Amino acid sequence: MSKSLNLFVPAIGGTALLLGLAYGISSRDYGAATIDTLEARVQQIEANAAQASAQAQAAAAEAARLLQEREELAALAATSGASLTAPAPVIEGTYGLGRVAFDEEIAAWDVDVLPDGRGLPEGRGDVYTGEEVFVDKCASCHGDFAEGVGNWPVLAGGFDTLANRDPVKTVGSYWPYLSTAWDYINRSMPFGEAGTLTPDETYAIVAYLLYSNNMVDDDFELSHENFTDVEMYNADGFVVDDRPELEYAAWRTEPCMENCKDGVEITMRATFLDVTPDEEVEAAVSTPTSEATPAVAVAEDAGGIDPALIAAGEGAFRQCQTCHQVGEGARNRTGPVLNGMVGQTIGSVDGFRYSGVFEQANAAGEVWTTESLAAFLTDPRGTMAGTKMAFRGVGDEAEVAALIAYLQSFAD
Amino acid sequence: MDEIFKPSRRTFLRGSAAIAAGTVAGQAAAQGTPDPMITELQDWASYTGAGVDETPYGLPIRFESDVIRRNVEWLTASPISSINFTPIHALDGTITPQGCAFERHHSGAIELSKDDYRLMINGLVDRPLVFTYADLERLPRENHVYFCECAANTGMEWAGAQLNGAQFTHGMIHNMEYTGVPLRTLLREAGLGAAGDLADKWVYVEGADASSNGRSIPMEKALDDVLVAFKANGEALRMEHGYPVRLVVPGWEGNMWVKWLRRVEVTDMAVGSREETSKYTDVYENGIARKWTWVMDAKSVITSPSPQMPITHGQGPLVISGLAWSGHGQITRVDVSKDGGVTWETARLGKQGDTKALTRFYLDTGWDGSPMLLQSRAIDETGYVQPTKNQLREMRGENAVYHNNCIQTWFVNEEGVAENVEVS
Ligand code: HEC
Ligand code: HEC
Repeated sequence: MSKSLNLFVPAIGGTALLLGLAYGISSRDYGAATIDTLEARVQQIEANAAQASAQAQAAAAEAARLLQEREELAALAATSGASLTAPAPVIEGTYGLGRVAFDEEIAAWDVDVLPDGRGLPEGRGDVYTGEEVFVDKCASCHGDFAEGVGNWPVLAGGFDTLANRDPVKTVGSYWPYLSTAWDYINRSMPFGEAGTLTPDETYAIVAYLLYSNNMVDDDFELSHENFTDVEMYNADGFVVDDRPELEYAAWRTEPCMENCKDGVEITMRATFLDVTPDEEVEAAVSTPTSEATPAVAVAEDAGGIDPALIAAGEGAFRQCQTCHQVGEGARNRTGPVLNGMVGQTIGSVDGFRYSGVFEQANAAGEVWTTESLAAFLTDPRGTMAGTKMAFRGVGDEAEVAALIAYLQSFAD
Repeated sequence: MDEIFKPSRRTFLRGSAAIAAGTVAGQAAAQGTPDPMITELQDWASYTGAGVDETPYGLPIRFESDVIRRNVEWLTASPISSINFTPIHALDGTITPQGCAFERHHSGAIELSKDDYRLMINGLVDRPLVFTYADLERLPRENHVYFCECAANTGMEWAGAQLNGAQFTHGMIHNMEYTGVPLRTLLREAGLGAAGDLADKWVYVEGADASSNGRSIPMEKALDDVLVAFKANGEALRMEHGYPVRLVVPGWEGNMWVKWLRRVEVTDMAVGSREETSKYTDVYENGIARKWTWVMDAKSVITSPSPQMPITHGQGPLVISGLAWSGHGQITRVDVSKDGGVTWETARLGKQGDTKALTRFYLDTGWDGSPMLLQSRAIDETGYVQPTKNQLREMRGENAVYHNNCIQTWFVNEEGVAENVEVS
């Protein structure tokens, strides 16, 4: 053992390493075997000590101390039969770690709003303003009337459906507190640009959502003053978990082992409605095909671009689909339609409202090249300071190339 | 909800293809002729292999490249706010490797470094505090194995058998050994004097990502076994599981295990956040919803055989294996039925499971080639017996989404192909 160790480490280092080993083992296991091993270690340490006297003496002393400690612990465990594992200790007083938070820091992070309205900032907004903001910032996913687009959440309607087979749970039909809507929208929406709404905008949007749910008239204004006056439709629709009374009592019984029922029939099979994703994969990286993006156009328009690269780009484009559509019938969402990008003037898609920096590039007649696109996709905010594209960028060069190839496969 | 049940038609051929391949491979050691794998000198026995400098951090060998997380695209609008599933059908033992442990994000997995990490404790405390990552490492820490199950695990199966594979029906679960500081230690550092009577107090826990996922946890639980964890299975948490710090809320809904934990606020009422009102509540037949359904009840599933793990070896010895767990404590027993619940046999536990952690069970049995309706039934230390799907539906109706802990049935046909079914 010591011989092979010495192959790797100089003699003095070897001592320290052995000691480390001895300590590591002893602190994990308190059995007698450990103590035997420890003794062996001490002998080895002593052998080394002959060569490197000063360090080794200290080391041997330490090892002896450890040995003694272990013996005491082992004796303790043997007499009391107790395990030496223990939860993290609880002490009198504190460890004095952490520092006191500044008021500004608490104000920045502690923004949650409680059901009774505590935590709301001052502000106001009316239904009309709310509609404008909503159409601008939310409708691409949630629909102009909060009715939901595609798979995105529906925010309005669904009243009196909660007892139906497929309840429609919306801010109007289901949410018990208005504070939840204010708080969630303020902190988490718009998706991809969370935390950018002003308090007045959030009041206005929430007023508009109430209006879309037929809960207020079109001249309604919501503010911190009248917030708690709004009555929620489903405020009384919730009970606290009653599984203990209803279910646990019934299901904590000795179960049947034999002749438990008169016969068994299959009543439903998953293969009747096969919704399980296919599993063929070549490697750990899957290249999913998406139904939203027509993959058909690819081959013809590709103009000499490697089809494998385009296919890889199609997979990578899934991270963009939250905001962008491509192909025939694509519509502007949070981001513009991305057909025919290479060679096209920056910021020129009809009907899309770009940020200032995009408008400037457009006015200056700048055109997307594969190079400028690559730079933008790698670091959107670094290349176009102030862009509305709330996306961290693509780190991998090959992925950027694949994305561009994929975009190039969609002509205008 | 209706979107979740929207079927997209796909062909179902996988099972039989797997059988064909499996049979060939399994019988290569044919009787009568010596096996060339043994009699001939193989490349790997002659040429040298990979050097120690080749893989500073290793991934599984390429033959295991199908043991990966998978997602179901039609479930959600965007992969950024979505879920994928642990390949539980292909794993054994109980610990889930981080690299294939399921992920659920509401705004994507973020990159947050230890240096940029801050944890604030505020609200009804004596001293609102800010901790750095380095501070956390100086507090006494503990090691525990716990399962983390999304409350929506098996949620797609309420209305009927839908997804063909244990990975998809039960894969929103993982089980890791966590290292972390008890939340109570941090709360004590900040001082709970200001909170007064703790009986009706809460902590509101919040993540640093754009979704700012937040949940209210009653103080009693917060002071009990909740951990502020920074290591899993011995190494740093993965980005997708909340690196550098996540909350571990043993036995309770995965959604409460807030990732990228940035703030713990002591409050005098539940915040009623979106994730505890709009979501993670269940509507019952009368239109009334249950809230605060935090505990994950006892549950189990057979991972093999299962639709992704058909029997490929024909008749003879067969190991039926699966996982069981309970948010109420330890699993004490698992029963297995081969006939759809008429008769049951008690399975062997791989080892006594930890509390609120996965337990592996085995039924070492034989197969005569006749069809089976395989089921497993978990029993926990409170005596709770995992219910059937019909028992759950009678109690809760079919509109629930979360907390489906019903007994799962796999139909195994004469060829060993398994399918997700429901039985009477
Ligand atoms: C890019 C698409 C997108 C945009 C734009 C967007 N949202 Fe959302 N919204 C989502 C997604 C995705 C979710 C669900 C997030 C999750 O899974 O946690 C959501 C959830 C919501 C919910 C909760 C729904 C529920 O039933 O729980 C509300 C309320 C909401 N959004 C309001 C807004 C408002 C108001 C805006 C504009 C300020 C907005 N959203 C902009 C995609 C979007
Ligand atoms: C969170 C939403 C979001 C995501 C995700 C996103 N984008 Fe964008 N994208 C935008 C917005 C918004 C703009 C408009 C930029 C502006 O006005 O500042 C934009 C602009 C662009 C443009 C320029 C369009 C033009 O008309 O000049 C390209 C190209 C583009 N995005 C490509 C991508 C690609 C490729 C991805 C995925 C790797 C992606 N985007 C991901 C929102 C997004």
